[in-house]
Amino acid sequence: MLSILLIFAAALFFSGIIVRTKSVCAGRRGPGVFQPIKDVARLFRKGAVYSTATTAIFKAAPVIYMASLLMAAACVPFGNMPGLISFEGDFVFFAYVLSLGKFFCIIAALDTASSFEGMGASRESLYSMLAEPVFFLVMGSIALLTGNTSFAGIFASLQTYGSFFNFGTALVMAVLLLLVAMIENSRLPIDDPKTHLELTMVHEVMILDNSGFDLGLILSAGYIKFAMYGAIIANLFLCGSFAGSIAIFTLVQLLCAVAIGLTESFMARFRMNHNPEFIFSLSAAAFLILFTIVNL
Amino acid sequence: MEPLYLKNSQPCRFGDIPVATDFREFADEARTLLSDSRCHCVNYFAFAAQDGIHLIMCIANDAEAAIAVFSHILTDSEVPSMQIEAVERFEREISENHGITFTGHRWPKPLRTTPDDYPFYRSDNEEHHEVGVGPIHAGVIEPGHFRFTCEGETILNLEIMLGYQHRGVEKLMIALPTIDQKSILAENIAGDTAVGHSVAFASNLESLSGFKASREMVYARTLALELERIAIHTGDLSAICGDVAYQLGNAVYGRLRTPIINYMQKWCGNRLGKTCVRPFEAPYKFTKALAEDLLKTLEAFEKDFNLMSRQVCHYPSVLSRLERTGSVKYEQALEAGAVGMAARASGLSRDVRKSHPYLLYSSDMETVVKHHGDVYSRTQIRIEEVGNSIAMVRKLIESWPFDETATQMAAAATPAMAPDTFVLSLVEGWRGEICHTAITDASGKLALYKVKDPSFHNWRMLELAVRNNEISDFPICNKSFNLSYCGHDL
Repeated sequence: MLSILLIFAAALFFSGIIVRTKSVCAGRRGPGVFQPIKDVARLFRKGAVYSTATTAIFKAAPVIYMASLLMAAACVPFGNMPGLISFEGDFVFFAYVLSLGKFFCIIAALDTASSFEGMGASRESLYSMLAEPVFFLVMGSIALLTGNTSFAGIFASLQTYGSFFNFGTALVMAVLLLLVAMIENSRLPIDDPKTHLELTMVHEVMILDNSGFDLGLILSAGYIKFAMYGAIIANLFLCGSFAGSIAIFTLVQLLCAVAIGLTESFMARFRMNHNPEFIFSLSAAAFLILFTIVNL
Repeated sequence: MEPLYLKNSQPCRFGDIPVATDFREFADEARTLLSDSRCHCVNYFAFAAQDGIHLIMCIANDAEAAIAVFSHILTDSEVPSMQIEAVERFEREISENHGITFTGHRWPKPLRTTPDDYPFYRSDNEEHHEVGVGPIHAGVIEPGHFRFTCEGETILNLEIMLGYQHRGVEKLMIALPTIDQKSILAENIAGDTAVGHSVAFASNLESLSGFKASREMVYARTLALELERIAIHTGDLSAICGDVAYQLGNAVYGRLRTPIINYMQKWCGNRLGKTCVRPFEAPYKFTKALAEDLLKTLEAFEKDFNLMSRQVCHYPSVLSRLERTGSVKYEQALEAGAVGMAARASGLSRDVRKSHPYLLYSSDMETVVKHHGDVYSRTQIRIEEVGNSIAMVRKLIESWPFDETATQMAAAATPAMAPDTFVLSLVEGWRGEICHTAITDASGKLALYKVKDPSFHNWRMLELAVRNNEISDFPICNKSFNLSYCGHDL
């Protein structure tokens, strides 16, 4: 229970910190940390506009997307406290319930029959498909290391590893998971969330037709997604004491957001055809972790 | 028939333009001249005079600093097309405005009208798909429709339909009664080239009236042109960085543009240089205080500009997006009749400042030429041209004819324009060659005013540039040309 509350709390700040980091780096005053949340609150008060070309799938997709994210977030534990949903192999459930949400987003995009949205849907599905092995290799490696197959079991036993668990490996895992989070959330260097140019977008162009309440759902789901990946990364470093864990959790979330903000300030987006190569190289790095652990 | 050779802005009697009796002779002459890569068609239009419709061809010879002018009086409403890519666009314009059919034309489509049944190029292949973008775009830009034929993420063909911004500039230029109104119109032909177009307009009017611009006017105009170049190039660099999602470049170049346009405001009350150039006068005096202010502004500008440009030109993350994106080969640029910065990026050295000197420009100035024709070449050209323009501005200020006692700068009375006269002015705006052509009637009033913005030729360059590129790279290709919709649509 605590973990999902912490994730919600982090979600309130996460996007705002990214935006803030970017505006500081650009020498601008920029909006406040809560601006993204205010935007979503405004959207929630609005009605949605639907194209006559769309069907029920388009209307249902944002809700399903949000639901899948809430369910996935409920799986994430906090140190040795299991999440709301916890069973053996729940990290597989976690990955696929997220995919389910994404699947609905994609078919909703196709439902609009817009050539833009079809383009975005094809890109998004390609990149998340390629990113999937990274997540499984990282989680699978720790599962192998700890002999557990549930999130709660994995992270609880990680805490007892202490010196045995190589801190460096955890760091590599953290970086990989952060990059997966950036791919899944369509951030730089894969996608440019700031652009207004439909042809270069990945995620944004897929949700072009969504408006009002539906758009609010999709955006807030994105914020939760960030905080959720942040929580998984934080779990790699949590220590035994409760207060220490909270501090580490906050610090890791903050660092993740700032790291994303810095990347987006000082880097250009990749050329679209370099994206698959980039994601493949992440898989390769994940294999390194797996081999390290197999050899332990 | 031997064509008449004119200098830039040199007027001639309309009757002196040699007339080819036969269309074949007219077309052959044009073909012969255009076969030389140093010659290109700067204007080709139809003029309905009393003795019939004249087709007037103006071909600039960059090596001789001369413009060949010759005409043909139509006897038939159907003539064969010259089938030269650079000329075919003009033929479309003539066909649209005068109902003349060019037989054998390879692309007989509307130029500035947007019918619902526009005959787009289509592919029958099931593997290909079409993406239509516009006329309404995301962001605050002008309308235009882009039709892509793609295979997956790769663009096979792009066709651009323009004309949404057609305002009837050429007709309005004749109809407006006062010179002030005409000047305001000239400034608004393309909002980002206010100075360029008004210099061309002023040169035409002054040449027609036999008015010689004072030293101070010549200096002020040259300065305004170069400041416009610096400001717009810097803004474009910011936008190029923005399109590859490089925030630092976007922010820094964006900030750097501001002091330059603010300086324009200080000088002439308008950030885009509107009202800065007017025929027969230099409306705003350039004082010593203003000169010092400008030198200070440029010094601060140059330091940051060079630092940022070094970063952009050495940063792999940015370079990987710019290099080998949107390449146009020299041969393609030549065939399309490219002008200005876009032509120079493809190794085609076309700069009116050098080839047809006007104001204070001379033929020994240095032009920046790149050879890859990609987005990076066009970026480099902008960076280097800004540097050159700053040097030029400093030189101008050094030799500026400050004359604090002179207060009366405008001509006492507006001189009358000569009757039945033809004049053509070429000006190198920041984007490229601007060509304004005027013909007066028997009473000395404008009978025809033709405007050609560099975008007229260079939209074709964009179509060529994006072929076999990824569709996600279209915006960056587009931005690297930064063409004007309203300059094309008039």
